[in-house]
Amino acid sequence: MTVKTTENLMTTIKIDEQNYSCEPEETVLDSLLRQNVEISYACKKGTCHSCMLRCTDGQLPAKSQGDLKDTLKIQNNFLACLCIPEQDITVALPDQSELFSEGTVVINEMLNRNTILLIIECHDVLEYKAGQFVNLQRADGLTRSYSISNTPQESKTLEFHIRRLPGGKFSEWVHEEIKVGDTLSVSEPKGHCFYIPERKEQGILLVGTGTGLAPLAGILTDALSHGHSGPIHLFHGSSVKEDLYRVEEMRQLSEQNQNFHYTPCISGGDVPEGFYQGRANTVALSEVSNLSGWRVFLCGHPEMINEMKTAAFLSGASIADIYTDAFHVATD
Amino acid sequence: MSESSSESLYDRIGGEAAVNAAVELFYRKVLTDYRINRFFDKTNMEEQIVKQKAFFTMAFGGPNTYTGQDMRNAHARLVKMGLDNSHFDAVMEHLGATLTELNVPAELIGEAAAIAESTRNDVLCK
Repeated sequence: MTVKTTENLMTTIKIDEQNYSCEPEETVLDSLLRQNVEISYACKKGTCHSCMLRCTDGQLPAKSQGDLKDTLKIQNNFLACLCIPEQDITVALPDQSELFSEGTVVINEMLNRNTILLIIECHDVLEYKAGQFVNLQRADGLTRSYSISNTPQESKTLEFHIRRLPGGKFSEWVHEEIKVGDTLSVSEPKGHCFYIPERKEQGILLVGTGTGLAPLAGILTDALSHGHSGPIHLFHGSSVKEDLYRVEEMRQLSEQNQNFHYTPCISGGDVPEGFYQGRANTVALSEVSNLSGWRVFLCGHPEMINEMKTAAFLSGASIADIYTDAFHVATD
Repeated sequence: MSESSSESLYDRIGGEAAVNAAVELFYRKVLTDYRINRFFDKTNMEEQIVKQKAFFTMAFGGPNTYTGQDMRNAHARLVKMGLDNSHFDAVMEHLGATLTELNVPAELIGEAAAIAESTRNDVLCK
């Protein structure tokens, strides 16, 4: 057995300007618990993911990311119970208060009868990825989550699709009052539903209902601009044609890109030519039946997502390759 | 823990990589088997996959910390729902079929099956 000197293996974990010592061979979780930092955990062996933290500075040992999803890994998330730091690291706890930056409305225009396109200019847009979501906050504190529908790296702006919900405090404000030049607060980007430019030959299935198109359109643009070569299928569904949007734009995109296929779906009765009858997830499964090796993105109605997630898995998609973003209606 | 000269079943079968290959095949079989799928949650699939990983690691004689009491605690709720020998048999069937599909040699499947079988009484809370 080799005897290691303790001096050079002792590391420091920095959280919120506070330093915590980490003994040699001690995990981040054990170190923080020993020093009375409140942190959630359960299995202590990398399976439950309860103790996931994000490293904001310093190099993580590869092992410390365990079997986290790829999109979580590239955001430097890691499992405190698996991480024995080899150098000093700075860490963000999951519940730390959010950082907001100021955004300015540059465009607000209707996409269809009840959905508005809101384009916001703000700082640090390069940190945001198409398909992630942010919290938008009004001056009085009213906050809602919306998905990013564009690739901010190109336009230097953030785009959102905001559907008007009857009695929805935030959406009614956006629809009725907001105007170009108004400001609102924009949180840091959140969520792991976005495109990673790897395995470009992989098939990609995008299924969304309503404004679930927002993250999916962002992911699509991102994939195409990275030269994704595998087939990309988008199924966008709603109960009536009037609630779909960007139909012509998507049709054009599929004419311009041989590997992109677009299927607008209508679950209600009246289905005009060029549209498919049925729910987006059902139509998707009938058109693309073998999902083995595919990457799957599901956005929109929570029930659709639950149902489709199981179906996609049973059709061969690996759990790690299924990304979801369920839209829940706020009740406050 | 000391390293013995003869490799453990876990290592011979392919370690963590084999576990990862097996879990999804197995979970698909289980979810589509009407005899037993009511015992498996399909709403939190990530959590289920974690449980299946623990199951395979255990069946392969790999590093796990489960005691007989853990097995009982984990399955007590399912036993109340009617979990019995027939369901345990169905799971054993899928375990064998999964490993056969992955071309695991028959004698190793036999060893894994024997380990899984040894938990029967604890799982069924007998």
